[in-house]
Parts: sequence; C-alpha cells; structure tokens
Amino acid sequence: MLNTYTFPEYDYIRSKDQDAAEPVRHPVIVVGAGPIGMAMALDLALHDVPVVVLDDNNTVSVGSRAVCYAKRFLEIMDRLGIGQRLVDKGVTWNIGKVFFDRDLVYTFNMLPEEHHRRPGFINLQQYYLEEYMVDRIHELGGIDLRWKSKVTQVEQDETGATVTVETPEGSYRMQCDYLIACDGANSQIRSQCGLESKGQIFKDRFLIADVVMDPSNFPPERWFWFNPHFHEGQSTLLHRQADNVWRIDFDLGWDADPEEEKKPENIIPRVRAFLGDEVEFELEWASVYTFTCRRMDNFRLGRIFFAGDAAHQVSPFGARGANSGAQDTDNLAWKLKLVMDGRAPDSLLDTYSDERVYAADENILNSTRSTDFITPKNEISRVFRDATLSLARDYPFARRLVNSGRLSLPAVYTHSSLNTLDQETFVGNMLPGAPSTDAPVSKAGQEGYLLDHLGNQFNGLLFIEGKRDLSQAVLDQLSALYQAKIPLKSYLVCSHQVDLPLPDGVELLVDTLGVVKERFDATAGTFYVLRPDQHVCARMRQLDNNRVAAAIRKATAQ
Amino acid sequence: MTKLITDPNLLQPDDFYQELTDLHRDLTPEQSAEINAKLILLLCNHIGDQAVLSEAMLIAKKNLKAA
Ligand SMILES: Cc1cc2nc3c(=O)[nH]c(=O)nc-3n(C[C@H](O)[C@H](O)[C@H](O)COP(=O)(O)OP(=O)(O)OC[C@H]3O[C@@H](n4cnc5c(N)ncnc54)[C@H](O)[C@@H]3O)c2cc1C
Repeated sequence: MLNTYTFPEYDYIRSKDQDAAEPVRHPVIVVGAGPIGMAMALDLALHDVPVVVLDDNNTVSVGSRAVCYAKRFLEIMDRLGIGQRLVDKGVTWNIGKVFFDRDLVYTFNMLPEEHHRRPGFINLQQYYLEEYMVDRIHELGGIDLRWKSKVTQVEQDETGATVTVETPEGSYRMQCDYLIACDGANSQIRSQCGLESKGQIFKDRFLIADVVMDPSNFPPERWFWFNPHFHEGQSTLLHRQADNVWRIDFDLGWDADPEEEKKPENIIPRVRAFLGDEVEFELEWASVYTFTCRRMDNFRLGRIFFAGDAAHQVSPFGARGANSGAQDTDNLAWKLKLVMDGRAPDSLLDTYSDERVYAADENILNSTRSTDFITPKNEISRVFRDATLSLARDYPFARRLVNSGRLSLPAVYTHSSLNTLDQETFVGNMLPGAPSTDAPVSKAGQEGYLLDHLGNQFNGLLFIEGKRDLSQAVLDQLSALYQAKIPLKSYLVCSHQVDLPLPDGVELLVDTLGVVKERFDATAGTFYVLRPDQHVCARMRQLDNNRVAAAIRKATAQ
Repeated sequence: MTKLITDPNLLQPDDFYQELTDLHRDLTPEQSAEINAKLILLLCNHIGDQAVLSEAMLIAKKNLKAA
C-alpha cells in the first residue's frame, strides 16, 4: 500500500548539548514535532524566541490522519508562512452533499460569504502539512529541531523544567524556562505530571481507507451517506485529498473486529460495493479507529503547557483536531513572548488555559453532537435522526438539524478576562474575543487581504473617511501608541488612497470594496484593537489613547 | 417571555384527537414512531421558541411510568 507519497527521513544529528558537562538551559523546549509542536515552534521563532523541538521519530505523520483544514487554520498558517503552499497542494472545496440511503437529501456551501482569501476548507494529507512545516522550520532558522530524541522524563521547579532525552547515542538532560508538551493524544509528559485527559470514548469503530482513483469519478466535494445502501453500517464519508487520493470513512459499529477489518481482502469488497464495479481504485492506506472526546482540566501546570491532542482530543467529525491545536499555539506564542520579555505578568499565561479550555469545550460539544447524530446512542435517537433526514429532502428547516460534522469555526473568547467591554453600540461579528474576519485591501497599490497585515504584535484599525479625519493630533496619538512599552501598530482604513505623510507605526490600507468597514460595523473614527493572534480585544467609536492603553493593559493581564 | 400554553387552545379538541389517533391506526409501532418523530420535529420548528420547547419537554418527562 501507499505509493503516492515518499516519506522523508530526517537525520538525527548529534547536539553539542549531549556533550555538555551540565544540562544546557534553553528558553523554550517543545516536545513533539507533530503539526502542533511545529506550529508552536514556528510561532515562537516569528517572535524571535529560540526554540528546541524534540521528536521521538524521524519522519512525518504516517497513515490516514487529518485531512480537512478550515479557513482559520489556513489563516494561522499564512501567518506562519506556509498557507499558500498548503492551498496550492490541497484540494479546495466548499460544497458538501448529504445522502440518505440512495438519495441526495441536500447540498450545502461551507463558505457562502465572498471576499475572503481562504476557502471554507481544504483537504490535504497530514504528511504534507508536516513536511511543509519542517521545510519552513529550516527556512526560518532559530529552531533547533532534533529527531530521534524522545523525552523520557520531566521534572519541574519554580524556575523551569528539566527533561531527559533518549537518542540513538544514549540519553542526556536539558533544562528550559518553559516546556510545551505537544506530544499527542497519549502524552507521556501529561502522565509524568500525574495529569489526565478526561472524557468519553465513543463505542463505535471506523474503517478509514485512503484509495487512489481517477479524479473524474467524483468532484472535489464532501459526500456523506447516512444508512448507505451499499454498506450496512451507519454512515460513509467520501472526501478528496491531494494526488487523487480519496478518503473513505466507513462506520463499522462497535462489534466489528478491528484486526479483521484492516485486512485488504475485507476492505476492498467494501470499497467496491461503494464505488461500483466500473471504478478502478488502489488502496493506499487503511486503519480502524475508535474516537474519543476528552480534555485536561487545565492546559498549564507551572512552567509546562499542553497544546494540541495532548491537551484535548475530539472525534474527527467536524475536523477540529489539528484545526484547534493550531489555535492553541496561536494563543500561547505571543503571551509567552511578552512574559519572557518581562512586559506582561506571569498571570497572562493562565489565560492561555482559560481561553483554550473554553475553546476545547466548544469543540468537544460540537464533535460529540455530530458523533451522536451519525451514530445514534439508542433506538429512539435513531428514529429522530432518520425522521430528520427524511424531512430534510423537502423541508429546509430539517437540513439545519442534520449533523454530519459542523464547519470547524474558531472559538470566540467572548468571556475572556482579556477583553475590554464595549462602551458603545456595535453590531456584527467582530466583538471582543472574536478572531478578525478577512476582506480585500490594498496597501501602496498592492492588492491583498486584511489578515496579511495583522498579527505578531498588537494592531489598531482606525476607520477614516478621508484626509479630514486625520488631524495631527490623531497621528500623534497613533504614533504614541507605537512608541509604548507594548507597541501597537495602526492601520488607517479608508475607501481610497490618502496622500499624507504618516509617522512610524502607522500605515494606510485601502478598503477597496468597503467590505472591511462593513464587516467591522465601522463609522468614521471607529477604532479596533487586535491582539497579536488577530483576535479583537477592544473597540470604540472614537480613538482615545487612554482607552486603548487600558485595553492593552487588560489584554496583557496587567 | 412566551410561556407554554397549557390551558385549552384547540378549537375542536375532539376532532384533533381523532385525527391524531387515526393517523396511527393501521401502522406498525415502527411506523408510528417515525410519524411521531416527524411530527415533533415539524411542530418544534413551528414553535421555534427554545424556552417553550424546554418547558414542554420538562412537563413531558414528569410522572413517567416506572421502567
Ligand atoms: C482518522 C483521523 C482523521 C482526522 N482528521 C482530522 C481533520 O480532518 N482535521 C483536523 O484538524 N484534525 C483531524 N484529525 C486530528 C489530527 O490528526 C490531530 O489533532 C493532530 O495530529 C494533533 O497534532 P499534535 O501535534 O497535537 O499531535 P501528534 O500529531 O500526535 O504529534 C505528536 C508528536 O509528538 C511525538 N512524540 C510523542 N511522544 C514523544 C516523546 N515522549 N518525546 C518526543 N516526541 C514525542 C510524536 O512522534 C509525534 O510526532 C484526525 C485524526 C484522525 C486519527
């Protein structure tokens, strides 16, 4: 099996830390070079924090794992520098179809809104994502990625952590100020710390088969069958990935024997029954999974932070695993940087757990609801589910109840202590806690998107109608915000080019279609404050430096 | 806030009741279960008020016969 992809093998390279007499100390060690550990490392490197990454293996993710990456994930990857590569290689799709038995029940569009750089979803095998991350790590520099380096022991005191690392050439010890555990669902760091990830295991087994076939057979859409006529289980899912590989998910029920089901001689007839005799295919990879939804109580333990599957796990319906893991690191990197620089108190790091536990609960809730709809818990749930599906064919209200996995949307940190409450009235989605929306803008004649310009530092958006809104006093205020201990870089957002010399830390974005203004519910003078992870933390109808400074203090737990 | 109407609200209660039971007359228990599920879904959507629905669910759950 598997012939469309060649797994890279990365070299184990001896580190000089292995020869040191005393354990060498690093600012940050990341354990695990899965997608989340590497996202963490890239994010910290963008903040000029040197990082050591340790991985027990020497290649990328093997087998059938993540496929769907949602819009917000791609936007984070844009900031980390691999978004375009993912989109170029991946399969962009927005259309989903739901079938019941033999019939198409309805079709939906994941991204009904126009004017975003990124689509609702792309599909791409996880190994490509990881390979591109490794490439980006090498390109960016500042990250010491060590393969075949397994962390076997962790201890911590008030000043940091000490790890024991096992390599092909024996073990050594290292110290760090902060340790980020991205060592996956079976995190050993977690168990070494005496912590647990708690939740429920779904009593169901899924056969996941990746097959290669001619792309003319099926369009790049997500097709989901309930009670399919070709398979006696509950459901089947078909998804296209890169290289003409298709992901097929068969729900097998709890009583299926995973070892038997994994055998090609049992898989091939299932796939054939589904695709029909005419369709030629080749099996790339197959495995049988059970799914779990669980999380840790707290994603922080002193100087150790947990991110990705180590901290929380969801069933794949709704694609919230890797998608939400990248939002963990998006949340943690800037906070760690500010605390390490002594510009924010240690308590800012507690908000990482607060905000991401909240997000994990939302993801677990969504993923559990999808799983319960797909695999009803009892007979009456199944009756309701089938009734919903049969009504959905003709009655739009029922389509909203069908749940074959919801779009993976980023959490809005509505209740975060880092938000500044609105004092004026706003409508729309850009409330404090929300990740920034996107929209086309141009800067100095260069077409692009708003999110290209936001992130890695605090940003302000000042909406203006023209030159007359730009007094010297306003420019002086923006300039002062840029000179502050925690600088805020501002963008003036205007429907047209304004010719005026702008001070350092102030740039103009032309809102070519007026979409930014609309999405932010802005009027002349409206000012938004965004965190380095592009989440809104405050907004006001008139720029007021005292309010902005207070908002930044609040957003940094001061 | 709207409240679940628990006072008489049907103009012809006997007609309604007969129609409901007639609907199930020649059905298997499985078919009846299907019809009931569809009815509940249709009516809940029509009502559309989560508080009213929750109140109805709470009442429906009261005084269940022992399993
Ligand atoms: C069938 C399936 C389908 C999925 N589909 C999707 C999807 O469509 N979209 C989505 O977003 N997510 C999906 N997921 C979830 C996604 O694969 C995970 O959420 C993601 O891999 C988590 O990344 P991670 O970096 O936290 O952990 P992992 O990918 O598990 O990486 C952990 C890394 O740590 C290393 N490691 C472990 N222990 C040690 C140690 N002691 N020392 C050093 N290194 C160590 C491991 O070798 C590994 O490289 C799916 C998962 C499955 C199983």
